[in-house]
Amino acid sequence: MKIKSTLANYLFVLPAVVIFGVFYIYPFLKVFQLSLMEWDGILPTMQFVGMSNFKEIMQDKIWWNSMWQAGYITLIALTFQNCLALLLALACDREIKAGNFFRVIFFIPPILSEVVVGLIWQWILDGNYGILNTTLHNLGLSALVHNWLSDPKTALTCIAVVHSWKGFGWGFIILLAGLQTIPRQLYEAAKVDGAGSWHVFTKITLPLMVPVFSMVIILTILGSMQVFVLIVSMVGQGLVHHTDVPVLRILASMTGSSRFGYACAQGIIFGLVLIIVSFTQKKLSERIRQV
Amino acid sequence: MPSLKFKTQNVKLKPKTQSFLRKTFNFKFQLYALRLQLYTFCALSLVILISGCGGGGGSSGQPKATITAWHWMTDRDSIFNELAERYEEKTGVAVKFELYAPSDSYTQKVRAAAQAGTLPDIYGLLAEKRDFASFIIAGHVANLNPEMEADSSVWKNEFFSRAIAVNEFLPDNEFKVEPGIYGVPLDVMNIQMLYNKDLLKEAGIKKPPKTWEEFLAAGAKLKERGIQGLVSGWGEVWMIDCFASNYAFNIMGEDKVMQTIKGEITYTDPDWVSVFALFKEMADNGLLYNGIVTMVNKTAEQLFANNKAAFAFNGSWCVNVYAGMNPNLNYGAMFPPSHGIYPLKIWGGAGSSLLVNNRSLVKNEAIEFLKWLSSPEQQAYLADATKNLPANKNCLAKISPILSEFSAAMEETTHPNIWPVHEFPQVIEAFDKGIQAIIIGEKTAQQVAEDVQKIKERELAKKNKS
Repeated sequence: MKIKSTLANYLFVLPAVVIFGVFYIYPFLKVFQLSLMEWDGILPTMQFVGMSNFKEIMQDKIWWNSMWQAGYITLIALTFQNCLALLLALACDREIKAGNFFRVIFFIPPILSEVVVGLIWQWILDGNYGILNTTLHNLGLSALVHNWLSDPKTALTCIAVVHSWKGFGWGFIILLAGLQTIPRQLYEAAKVDGAGSWHVFTKITLPLMVPVFSMVIILTILGSMQVFVLIVSMVGQGLVHHTDVPVLRILASMTGSSRFGYACAQGIIFGLVLIIVSFTQKKLSERIRQV
Repeated sequence: MPSLKFKTQNVKLKPKTQSFLRKTFNFKFQLYALRLQLYTFCALSLVILISGCGGGGGSSGQPKATITAWHWMTDRDSIFNELAERYEEKTGVAVKFELYAPSDSYTQKVRAAAQAGTLPDIYGLLAEKRDFASFIIAGHVANLNPEMEADSSVWKNEFFSRAIAVNEFLPDNEFKVEPGIYGVPLDVMNIQMLYNKDLLKEAGIKKPPKTWEEFLAAGAKLKERGIQGLVSGWGEVWMIDCFASNYAFNIMGEDKVMQTIKGEITYTDPDWVSVFALFKEMADNGLLYNGIVTMVNKTAEQLFANNKAAFAFNGSWCVNVYAGMNPNLNYGAMFPPSHGIYPLKIWGGAGSSLLVNNRSLVKNEAIEFLKWLSSPEQQAYLADATKNLPANKNCLAKISPILSEFSAAMEETTHPNIWPVHEFPQVIEAFDKGIQAIIIGEKTAQQVAEDVQKIKERELAKKNKS
């Protein structure tokens, strides 16, 4: 009787286990298997090369450079994007006129297609007929007129700023939701005790928002490190290697060089980096919360 | 279900009788409704059955066979469908064209389908010869040699030799593919330079430049007038590769280019440095459009069509594109200005080709359809509707003057896919990105030559090791 009951329980769990196995475990194992092979993605035969793809990645300067560049985009997103999101969330958290209108407006960029956003910004930043250059020229700032996307000094920063503009809406919504969970009584009590706005922000809002910040930071890191559609739509196949990011390198290995095994190894390394960064960030935020 | 209402105000009935009548009539109504539902169901089934029997096959019933064809050519989709309808009327064989665009997505779909074994009966392949060979070895492409060479090669002889060459694997090819022709070219293309007649006139340039010196001098005149020079999609790096290899053939000759690919001559050879230096010269003389390094070809086409640049480096497909963007554009096609002593070869050959899936259940029908599609009548119709150069050389008389200028250069074309040896993709990437670095002034020609050679040596060492 007990065996029957146990079997029945397992049967109930089986569909979920099968789905998890087929769609999560199998692809992961397959990627790992392919990373040990030299394969062009078409031929039925593969050549086992052991860890040589991983060894090659360690010496691939373009790959690691692309990682740093993704890190730079992430850094801009973590600072500029999240500060903007926090400021706007704080503004909308107060009783302001047309609060709902602003909430909708701020959430428009994230729902736009990355290709559309990239093309619009490419048009704005165009070195010849772009709105930005025209505006700078009309303001008498002709010295600043620049070919923004074809100059290695500015191309990546422009991409990072556009990415932040497109992504701040997510942070805004999450931070606003977090702010609204803070009991109002705490603010009122602080005001009664004579606390100023700055004190209220640093002593009440910030500490209570640490878990929300942690989530926003992790989402920002994961989203920014994997950005690529925006880059393709803004600078095509890139400006030398100055706008390369890991996903573009993986794609280049897969479709450009037809090296599926190498691309899978790059994918694994990239995944590991993201896990390490996210884990470290989580541990850090736990420490901050304890403090 | 709505219940019946009884007008009981005028007739006095006992409550029991009222209840009985209500139940009886309600029951009868339900029975009616059930019958109605049954009849409706039967009628609908009959309609579906009749339409199912009659549909799809036209007046002659079901098609004899259905061929599925995948392609990426957005500008030709409606024409393909129209031709498919004509073919079905004529033969009873239905051809279902499925469009997947843009070309990047299409390529990924074809690769995924190849891995899953779900390729359609006919498809196009946007890939280098190396990948083409892998598709053949994996059994995804039918060898069309028997059909092409039947009846003294009637079918094969209808095409431009360059169009066939792109789809052909010769005996003893480096990929060890069984010799044969594996694709049917639909159109041919070549990549040349275009010049804007009005802008050249405005800058006081009487005729398009024929030599490199004339080209640089034209650049100076254009700069004086504030007119931008050359525009091209060099953000899609393969077009840089194309421009550079034109001049590699021109400066050092075909043999030396092939020797370099084989690894017998280095990229640091002075001739290669001269090729790289051409880009520096163009940049220094203001001949390159501002922002050309990150420009996609669609943007380049818009700029040229809107009289924003004097020269364009583009393929023969541009005739159709420019006609759509600016029908009044006053332009001509010219061979790139010569720099060296050897013949300058431009990239060209089959523009788009269709392949037959070797595992297709309707393989013979698919081949017959491609024979029909590549015949002069259909080719002329395709060329007229899409303003592309037809692959069938027997219908060239019907093309426009600007396309004639392109077709005149067909015999001067070359393409990496017909070369006997092929460069490593990593070397090509370093080569193209290096040229971008020269244009933006980040590296010198010599530095790029050294960088490319380093990658070449690394790849050669890897190849020799394996």
